[in-house]
Amino acid sequence: MKPIALIAVCLTGALLIYGTIDMPNWGDPQSPANRHVSPRYIEKTVEETAVPNMVTSVLADYRGYDTLGETTVIFTAGISCILLIRRFGK
Amino acid sequence: MMIGFYAMIGKKNLVKKLIGMNIFQTSIILYFISTGSKRGGTIPIVEGVHGVVHQAVEASQYVNPLPHVLMLTAIVVMVSTFGVALALLLMIYRRYGTLEEDEIAVLRK
Amino acid sequence: MISPFQDVIVQTVCRILIPFIQLYGLYVIAHGHSSPGGGFQGGVILAASFILLCLAYDIDEMKKRLSQKAILIYFSVGVLIYSGIGAICLALGGNYLNYSQLHKILPVDPILARYMGMFGIEVGVGITVMAVMISIFLDLSSYPDMKEKGK
Repeated sequence: MKPIALIAVCLTGALLIYGTIDMPNWGDPQSPANRHVSPRYIEKTVEETAVPNMVTSVLADYRGYDTLGETTVIFTAGISCILLIRRFGK
Repeated sequence: MMIGFYAMIGKKNLVKKLIGMNIFQTSIILYFISTGSKRGGTIPIVEGVHGVVHQAVEASQYVNPLPHVLMLTAIVVMVSTFGVALALLLMIYRRYGTLEEDEIAVLRK
Repeated sequence: MISPFQDVIVQTVCRILIPFIQLYGLYVIAHGHSSPGGGFQGGVILAASFILLCLAYDIDEMKKRLSQKAILIYFSVGVLIYSGIGAICLALGGNYLNYSQLHKILPVDPILARYMGMFGIEVGVGITVMAVMISIFLDLSSYPDMKEKGK
């Protein structure tokens, strides 16, 4: 069991490293991830929202609906822990 | 990343598998944030601004903030799955009395 | 299940440190706009102060201050604040969670109304995260019938 697991892990690691050869150079300002919508968020955050922290303004204003879903996820995790462990009517 | 993966499939104790899952998720978060960095860029907070100021902000001086935002969500999901998994392990221990997966497979027959 | 850990040094130090930890957690929530931080981070720091009280003293000490029914109410209040601000923006004319409509009830211009809306939802997120962390810890550590298995 253990040698099979070791072989599977080494194979997966080699495949993942092979997949990163085609990615753009590390720290390139012109890579596709840095070009489409991210410069608009960086340049317009103080003009449109008066908040200097770009991470907070994207999380709470430009993508506020996703943060609502996130709060629901953590609420559901708390409720499911209560349902699993507590016994009512002792 | 591969250490966590090996712990999840190669170990027999359920708590060790859970620790492997946590290591795996943490390493993925670190990797994703590192893909959003820029050479010579600083942290994504604009300095010395109070109220609404119309000054020019250069996009290539700040690190890309989008991976940071997505990984905040991923950290919260990591904590939620860890909490629910620990609750499930508690119920398994209460029912079968052991936490090794081969003993549980024998007891289920 | 856990026997209480009674040591004078640990209890005295925790009694002094816990208000400062809570103050730091509130600072991280309130300063999310100009320094790293925000709702999730501040909520976890606030929960850590309550868990420190549990570890240094007994679990009943904490249940005297924050019972499990009160924690259930805090769960829902946080999500209610978040959705409530979104619904108010909808009722004032505009999209859901469009905070610039809040300038009709607050005495600020539309750009600063987005600042105030963001602060309100960060408070809601902080309350929910704090309640969930405390509740998960209490559920996992108050397990009464361990001695019945007798392994």
